[in-house]
This record gives sequence, C-alpha cells and structure tokens, in this order.
Amino acid sequence: MLNIKNLKVRIEGKEILKGIDLSIEAGEVHAIMGPNGSGKSTLANVLAGRAEYEITGGEILFEGKDLTVLAPEERAREGIFLAFQYPVEIPGVSTSYFLKTALNSIREHRGEVELDAFDFLALAKEKMKSLHMDEALLHRSVNEGFSGGEKKKNEVFQMAMLDPKLAILDETDSGLDIDALRIVADGVQQLRDEKRAILVVTHYQRLLDHIVPDVVHVLSGGRIVKSGDPDLAKKLEKEGYGWLLEESGAVAGGGN
Amino acid sequence: MKTPDDELKTLADQEYKWGFVTDIDSDTIPKGLSEEVVRLISLKKGEPPWMLDFRLKAYRHWLTLVEPRWAHLDYPPVDYQDAHYYSAPKPKKKLASLDEVDPELLETFGKLGIPLSEQKMLAGVAVDAVFDSVSVATTFKEKLSEEGIIFCSFSEAIREHPDLVRKYMGSVVPYTDNFFAALNAAVFTDGSFCYIPKGVRCPMELSTYFRINQAQTGQFERTLLVADEGSSVSYLEGCTAPMRDENQLHAAVVELIAFDDAKIKYSTIQNWYPGDKEGKGGIYNFVTKRGACRGRNSHISWTQVETGSAITWKYPGCILLGDNSVGEFYSVALTNHHQQADTGTKMIHIGKNTRSTIVSKGISAGRGQNSYRGLVQIMKGATGARNFSQCDSMLIGDRCGAHTFPYIDVRNSSATVEHEASTTKIGEDQLFYCNQRGIDLEDAVGMIVNGFCKEVFRELPMEFAVEAQKLLNVSLEGSVG
Ligand SMILES: Nc1ncnc2c1ncn2[C@@H]1O[C@H](COP(=O)(O)OP(=O)(O)OP(=O)(O)O)[C@@H](O)[C@H]1O
Ligand SMILES: [Mg+2]
Repeated sequence: MLNIKNLKVRIEGKEILKGIDLSIEAGEVHAIMGPNGSGKSTLANVLAGRAEYEITGGEILFEGKDLTVLAPEERAREGIFLAFQYPVEIPGVSTSYFLKTALNSIREHRGEVELDAFDFLALAKEKMKSLHMDEALLHRSVNEGFSGGEKKKNEVFQMAMLDPKLAILDETDSGLDIDALRIVADGVQQLRDEKRAILVVTHYQRLLDHIVPDVVHVLSGGRIVKSGDPDLAKKLEKEGYGWLLEESGAVAGGGN
Repeated sequence: MKTPDDELKTLADQEYKWGFVTDIDSDTIPKGLSEEVVRLISLKKGEPPWMLDFRLKAYRHWLTLVEPRWAHLDYPPVDYQDAHYYSAPKPKKKLASLDEVDPELLETFGKLGIPLSEQKMLAGVAVDAVFDSVSVATTFKEKLSEEGIIFCSFSEAIREHPDLVRKYMGSVVPYTDNFFAALNAAVFTDGSFCYIPKGVRCPMELSTYFRINQAQTGQFERTLLVADEGSSVSYLEGCTAPMRDENQLHAAVVELIAFDDAKIKYSTIQNWYPGDKEGKGGIYNFVTKRGACRGRNSHISWTQVETGSAITWKYPGCILLGDNSVGEFYSVALTNHHQQADTGTKMIHIGKNTRSTIVSKGISAGRGQNSYRGLVQIMKGATGARNFSQCDSMLIGDRCGAHTFPYIDVRNSSATVEHEASTTKIGEDQLFYCNQRGIDLEDAVGMIVNGFCKEVFRELPMEFAVEAQKLLNVSLEGSVG
C-alpha cells in the first residue's frame, strides 16, 4: 500500500530524513521507534503532506501512485489519516461541525452520500462510547481546553469516524493514563483489518503490548537503522538505543 | 507542491454578486452641493419649512468644518461637488401598495433576497427598502400599526408624524456632531423612522435595506428609532451597491433612543461594494450611529457585521444616561484586498451602575487594514459603572494589518474597566489540521474565521446569523492575494 524509497527531506535548509526505505502492505501494523529528534514526526507529516517540508530526493507511492503531487486534503480523502502528536485547537468551531464537514468531504470523494445530522450523531455517539469518551466533547470547540488525554482520544475517535486506509499515529499513547492507554489501544486494535495499514510512532513498549506490530523499525539520525519483529521493541525497552546506534554507527539524536 | 499560502493566493475570487445595476428611470438632480441643492432636495420632497430650516443650518455649519483625517485610513480627497445628491426612481404614480412598486425594482429586491413580497410574510420581517435616496416600500405597516408601532420612511414621518420627528431628530446626533453628520443633515433624502409605544414588544424583526443604484450618487439616509418606556424592538439593516469603478459616498446617521426599561437591538450587515481586487472603486462609508439610553434600565445593543465598503469609518456608540442602563457593541469587521476599516464604539457612562460590553473581532486579509478604535468614558457621576472590552484581531497572510486604539477615560474611582486584546495570525497548524481531515483550504479558512467570530454571530437574529456566515465566507474568498 505504501512504498517509500530513499526518501530525503529538508526543513529550513537542514536535512532531517536522509534516505528512508519503508514498505507497508494492507493489513500490516508497523511501529516506528527512535530517539527524540530522529525524524519520526517529520516522516508522519511528510506523508500527510505538510508543506514546510521539502522533499529533496526519493519517492513516496501510495497504492502505486505518486503521493507527493497531492494536496493534504486530497491525501486525506484518498484515505491517509494522521493522529497528531500535538492536536491543534480551533476556537469557536464545534467538534461535531468540524468532524461532520471532514467526514462528508471524504464521503463525497468516495462517491458516498452525505451523512445528515442524525446519522452523523448516531455514528459519532457509537464510536465515542467504545472509546469511553464524554459525548459533551462533541459540542465543545475542537480540542479547546481538552485535557492531554482527551486530545489524544479525540484523534483516535476521528480516525474511527473517517475510516482511513492508512492510519499514522504519532505518539498517540503519550499523555494517556493506564486505563486510557488500554482503551485507545483497543480502539486501534478494532480498526485493525486486512484492508487497512497502520503506522504507529511510539516510545514505549506498553502500547505495543496491546497492539502487537508486524514489524518494528528504529529511526535514528534520519535513517531506519534497524527493522525487526516485536522482540526488537522489547529489547529496546530494556536496553535503550545505545547498543543499536553503536552497531549501526549512527549518532544518537541525529540531525542535530 | 504548493504551500497553503500559495493556495490561499490562487483560490478563485468570487465576484461581488450584488453588483448588478437596475435599469430604471430615475429623477436625478445635477452634480454638486450648494444651498440651492439643499433647497431643491427639500422642495422635491415637499418638506415643511422647519425641515428646510434644519437642513440649511446644517449645511452652513458643514461649510465651516473640515473632513476628519485622524482615522487610520488612506484615501484621496473626496470631491464633494462631484456627486449627485438626489436620485429617485421615477414612480409611475403615487404608491399605495406593494403591487404598485415598479416591477424592475421588485426584481432587484428579489435578487437581493429581501423579503419584500407577501410570500415572505411567514418570515415575519417587516421591511423598509431605501433605493438610492428614496424609501420605496414598507411592508407590514398595517399589522404593526395595530400595535401602535410606527414604521415608515423618514419622508413619511416628516409628513405624518412631524411632532415626533422634531422632538427627536438630531437629539442624539446633532448636526454639529461631526463633518459627516452635518453633511447628512443637510442633504439626507430618506431613511427609516420607527416608534415603539409604551409597553409594546415589537412582534417582528424590523428591517431596512439600503441600495445605491445610480452612478455617482451619494447616499445619505437617516434612521431614527424611538423605544418608549418598557418597549422592545429588534432592528436589522442591510446594504448593497452595484460594482462601479469610481468611489461612491455613503454618509448615514442613525439615532436610537431608549426610555425606561426599553430595549433596542440594532443589527447591521454592511455589504456595500468593497471595490475590486486592485482597490478600484467601492463605497466610502462614513457613518455616525449613536444610541441614547435615556431611561433607567434601558438597553441598547449594536451588532455589526462589516464586510463591504472600500473605506469604513464608523463608531456606533451608547450614551448611558439612565441609571442601570446597558450598552453593548458586538462587531465583526473584515477587510480583504485593499479594503480599509476604522471602526469601533464609544461607551459614555453617565448614570449610576451603567454597564457596557464591547466585543470586537477584526479580520484582515489581502492588503486589508483593520483598526479598532474605541472610547470608554466613565463620567464623575457614574458610580459603580462597569465596562468589559475584548478586541481580537486575526491576520490572514502577511500583507495585511490590524491595529487597536483603545481610549479609556475614567473619572469615577468606583468604576471597573477591563480591556483584553489579542492578535493572532491564522495558524498554518490549524489549516493543516483541517486539511489533514479532508477539509479544503477555503472551507478551513471559513471555518476558522467563523469560529473566531462566534461570540458576535450569536448576537444576531438566527436567520441573519446564517446570512452573515455565508457573507463572511464569500468575502474571504481569494483572501490572500
Ligand atoms: N519546523 C521545523 N524547523 C526546524 N527544525 C525542525 C522543524 N521541524 C522539525 N525540526 C527538526 O527536525 C528534527 C526531527 O524532528 P521530529 O519532530 O521529526 O522528531 P521526532 O523523531 O518526532 O522526535 P520526538 O520523539 O521528540 O517527537 C528535530 O531536530 C527538529 O528540531
Ligand atoms: Mg515526534
């Protein structure tokens, strides 16, 4: 589904990604781990089409087509979803209005009929229930005054509503309490099926206890320095990145 | 790939859709302003001598004044001799009912979406429509008069209710008030008059639509609204104009008077032609609006959505004379392309425990310049007076400007005055977040700006709040260019 070849990315003249190769097939879950500042969010944002990042080399194919020519909203409509590491507040715009607009623009692109207010609410309430979210959040401004955990849950809620083909979760587990972590992980786990690909960026093994990935990658200094099975994540949890970086000759916190 | 900024720049510009001209036979006097012209206007309107006298005094006073230039506005000198001061659609005969209004004119009002026809009766809006200089039709007159409410054109009020007009006209905005108020008093050609008797709650929204049609015509309308003790009324004013290359002058005066326990809610959706993308043409909008809370517990609330005009100079204010009286000002002002707005309010606290609230939302896009200018004055006797002001500015793109000029003058130490201000640039982060959810840039900008204005929109009557949102979206299109 997603094929990244030798991807190089700069921001403000600084090279952050220095040649990434990554392929994810439908039905797979990949995890990306790696030290702070190694380029994980950069990769997530580039996939979603954030304009500040300059692609200086390589290619990104999504379902065989060049992704880089599409605007962010077109990518979203094609089925790419990014759960943000730092969800953005939009004062004065209710979550329900925002999400209904989003959902209907995606549905329109898919050739599906618009959901009316009733169907939308019914669907939203069902999804919120499974994430143990307070329905009142629907009537509040998008992320405004939400607690850290509520913001993260709101991202997963939106993901469930928008039903993407490729879901990228950027540290969706950070800031969640233990119960919330399980609820969110269950939410993601429910979305796991043979048609969908999921890419989770995380620092912690505990998320991967719930969502057991097919492949674990370690991103460091703008390169994937190691890929392996779930045991790799367990080893990292225990031993840190040091051994790996020595082994690969990469510099910790690379890109600085 | 294009950046959001590029995309904002290339978004399709929507034409000003109210910019058509109605081909109608009109009676227009030659250009120029002089005592003869003032007399001619009065004569054409068949006015009584006291009215002519008022006009002449105003005109002579105006001659002694110079145009104010303290506002943060940049425009070439206005040639006051280069405009027509009277233009009226030529009626086939005297109008007795709506059926007799020129069909072309009705069609125009239809295009404007004015609920003039009987079918719109359900909407429950009574409308007085002022076309160029003359009031054309007032609907629902009979229904209102059953309640003792007078709602008619200003000309008719001069004829039918001279005592009320003489008593109140100029009592809130005297012709000596400022340059444009003096000009208006000299040459105003029509407008709306409204009187709500004691204890009557006006059963429907009252509404006036102003339209400038004729080329090189100034429009100078006057509105006078009196709410007697214990009465209440909600009034809405809308305005549009054709697209023209030259600038046209609009200088209106609105006076509101609220007695004991009376409440007036005055809402404006100002959508005069803003000029083209290069800043050519557009209306110069110099307006004096003021309300006097004369009675105890009286309440005047101004809500304005200003999206039109090349130049806006406008400070709807409240004189809070009665004890416990309340003044409110809720404003959204949007300037796109080369539009400039200098707008705000004046709250003058004179009575005890008077309260005022100011919420101003300025949005600048393109090369638009947007200034909030507000005065909060607490006089010596205004014990326990309170004011809360909140002035927020939003910038879209980096070629526009936002400015805030708050003046605070407190002469009573028991008063509380709070002022909050913020300036935000419409966030790349917010836009990207919306885009990432499948919402395109145009809708995202509209959504974020509407969210920003929510506190003001919720003060508008329901159906007009929807209109205002749509208008804002249209005005924002091509917002960075
Ligand atoms: N807009 C920007 N301007 C300048 N540098 C940036 C920008 N965005 C990211 N960077 C730099 O790129 C590098 C990679 O950042 P990125 O956010 O991708 O790291 P990360 O792997 O997600 O880290 P973390 O685990 O802390 O979330 C960092 O050095 C960061 O400072
Ligand atoms: Mg990150």
